Amino acid sequence: MDALLAVRARGVTKCFGEVVALDGVDLAVARGRIHGLVGPNGAGKTTLLGLLLGLAAADRGSLEILGTPVGRTPAAPEGVAGFVDGPGLYPSLTARQNLAALAALRGRAADRAADRAGVADALDQVGLVDVADDRVGGFSLGMRQRLGLAAALLSRPRLLVLDEPANGLDPAGKRHVHGVLHRLAAQGTAVVLSSHRMDDLEALCSEVTILATGRVAFSGPLRELAAGDRELDYRLLTSDPAAARRTAAGTPGVRLLDPDPAGPPPDAERLVLRARVPALDVLVSRLVGDGVAVRELAPVVSPLEAAFLALTEQQQRPQPEGARR
Amino acid sequence: MTTARTGTEAGAEAGTEAGTGTEAAPGSPPVAGAVPGAPPAGPVPLARVYRFELVKLFAPWRIRLLLPACWLAPGLFVAAVAQQGTLPTDTLFGRWMHATGWAGPLVVLGFAGSWALPLLTSVVAGDVFAAEDRLGTWRHLLVAVRSPRRIFAAKALAALSVLVLLVAGLAVSGAVGGLLAVGDRPLVGLDGHLLSPGDAAARVLLAWLCALAPTLALAGIGLLGSVALGRSPMGLLLPAVVALAVQSAQLLPLPVGVRLALPGYAFVSWNGLFTAPVQAGPLLVGVAVGLVWAVVATVAARLLFLRRDFTNPVQDGAGRRAAVLGALPLAGLLVLGVGVLTPLARGAGSGITQQKVQRSVATAFAHLYRLQAAELNRPDVTEAQLAVAVACDKGSTLVDPVGPGNDWRCTVSWHLPGTEATGTAVYQLDVAPDGRYVADGDGPKDVNGYFLVRTATGDAPNPLWQFDGNVELLPAPSKG
Repeated sequence: MDALLAVRARGVTKCFGEVVALDGVDLAVARGRIHGLVGPNGAGKTTLLGLLLGLAAADRGSLEILGTPVGRTPAAPEGVAGFVDGPGLYPSLTARQNLAALAALRGRAADRAADRAGVADALDQVGLVDVADDRVGGFSLGMRQRLGLAAALLSRPRLLVLDEPANGLDPAGKRHVHGVLHRLAAQGTAVVLSSHRMDDLEALCSEVTILATGRVAFSGPLRELAAGDRELDYRLLTSDPAAARRTAAGTPGVRLLDPDPAGPPPDAERLVLRARVPALDVLVSRLVGDGVAVRELAPVVSPLEAAFLALTEQQQRPQPEGARR
Repeated sequence: MTTARTGTEAGAEAGTEAGTGTEAAPGSPPVAGAVPGAPPAGPVPLARVYRFELVKLFAPWRIRLLLPACWLAPGLFVAAVAQQGTLPTDTLFGRWMHATGWAGPLVVLGFAGSWALPLLTSVVAGDVFAAEDRLGTWRHLLVAVRSPRRIFAAKALAALSVLVLLVAGLAVSGAVGGLLAVGDRPLVGLDGHLLSPGDAAARVLLAWLCALAPTLALAGIGLLGSVALGRSPMGLLLPAVVALAVQSAQLLPLPVGVRLALPGYAFVSWNGLFTAPVQAGPLLVGVAVGLVWAVVATVAARLLFLRRDFTNPVQDGAGRRAAVLGALPLAGLLVLGVGVLTPLARGAGSGITQQKVQRSVATAFAHLYRLQAAELNRPDVTEAQLAVAVACDKGSTLVDPVGPGNDWRCTVSWHLPGTEATGTAVYQLDVAPDGRYVADGDGPKDVNGYFLVRTATGDAPNPLWQFDGNVELLPAPSKG
């Protein structure tokens, strides 16, 4: 495992007046890793990404980016790129003009040929070559996201910070972006990205940090988050729903749930039940023993999402007086 | 059961050296385990940010449309007017558009000072910061440039460059259109004296340069509005609203000190370039006041911009800061200007007195009489030989003959060499609060009562029938 760090944050706190946006956050991201940042709205994700991009400075704690300690004035070292709150693009310019203007701004215009090649390469990487000379004003959200990523790639970043990069992407676009990020990570670039979609994080990240109310609720490898032995809700479809209902009701550790009134119309063929994995094993054995065929047994929400919900709900619960720093 | 772990524990699992991190002071060396030496990124050089801002400014259709419009429309307008029988006599120098090409750019300047320049500053300076708010690109720009100071400087410089380019277009286009359509001929000044084409060209250029000062003041106010009000339409409209307010104020019978302290006075005071001697006092004061307003508004905008927190998701008192750093300095500047300039006016009130009106009409009449004599092929006389005397009154005898109004009536008398008789003519005067006036001849018909005179080559415009003049509002400098 590569021990070199691209980001090291310790006890980082950031307040906006009375509002504590980040409260003693620790974060470590190694080079060549794609690190996911998740949390409910208002958890502090964008604030943390803003600190990494040098848009703001922490009030307390220490932050090192690419080996350089970041002081109390907003600044980020060379080699950091990305965006928060959507990619900043100018709709009156074409995709190519947006990138060319940025490349000239960043000082690579001395060699204009190399500059043009860099722009063309970035457009190619995100799959926007065909629309390179169209005005960005006519782009969909997903195309803007991809162009924002291309703009970040221009500076050959060693730390890439992206806020909801998969927002608005169609499946093909998502595959494109995922491919780019995996390639960058393979070349040693650290990627920190936020997302609300657990499936994106599963497809991209090896590590994840969950933030809730400005604090770290979990930080570590994704597999550990999913591996916890929790009670989850499952859908069960069998060849004999009535027999399955009787068997489930008689199995220890298995609870039959009423259909969610806020959910889709109930399907009489499908049962919804709550159980841990060992109890499910017992139920399946009994159903098979009773001659009932199990056609589908799947979690209602993914284990990752369930873990996320459990962690963030736990963190957001009111705490006793004086428990919070 | 779930386990919430700290980032430090997780970092250790991820192969990091947990526990070695200490509170890092700025400039302290990187700790072991970190990637070696990424230098702190310096801000992008100003020239590059300036180029970037120019690219963005010229990208939207409205600027790309304004540029050719400013460089073509005035010339076409002047050329078109020169081909018509009716002239815009209600605009200063409009009545001379058939006589010389140099009247065209001055008519354009009069119109531009009222409408075009405030609107141009609104579109360019009023939007230069607000556009980033509207597009949501501030964070992107800050990450790319890494210096709010340079962003402000580049935006202000880019807006200034585009404005100067547009103003230059208005001036050059008006002049070229006039010269091509009418020709490079002498211009009649506001006191009736004739300016040679070269002299007229130099003064037209100076007049446009003087108008740059209030344009810059409006641009500074535009920057301030753009920074303070963000995406609100008021930010965009602020220069136009301020210009409208200042123009409205100029129509009121204000004391001279207040009038001079307003940022748009140089849109009026360039008139003084077209008298002999030049009315330098109001001209210099107007230009200086415009430049001071430009500097104060721009500095206020800069302070406001540098104090903005682009990451703060909650209300951060921006409204209060806008009032303290934006509105108060400008209000203070107005009060200070009135305080400084009122003693300069030496209690002149409106600045329009019977004596000044009489002197101005006498000078203009004498000059224009010579012009008429030349048209009629009469023997030339000098102004001194004419010994023009003017007696002006205002309204009824119950009203003091001071201040603006359309009820001024002047009787002009003069002598011709070798004759005993005294010629007399009557004028009705409409004197505006800013000192401009239109004198309308009331007879006799063969002097100033009819708009045409019969010359050897046919009918020609009668220069004595109606003429524009200008009363200097400041008192003449005391001698000794």
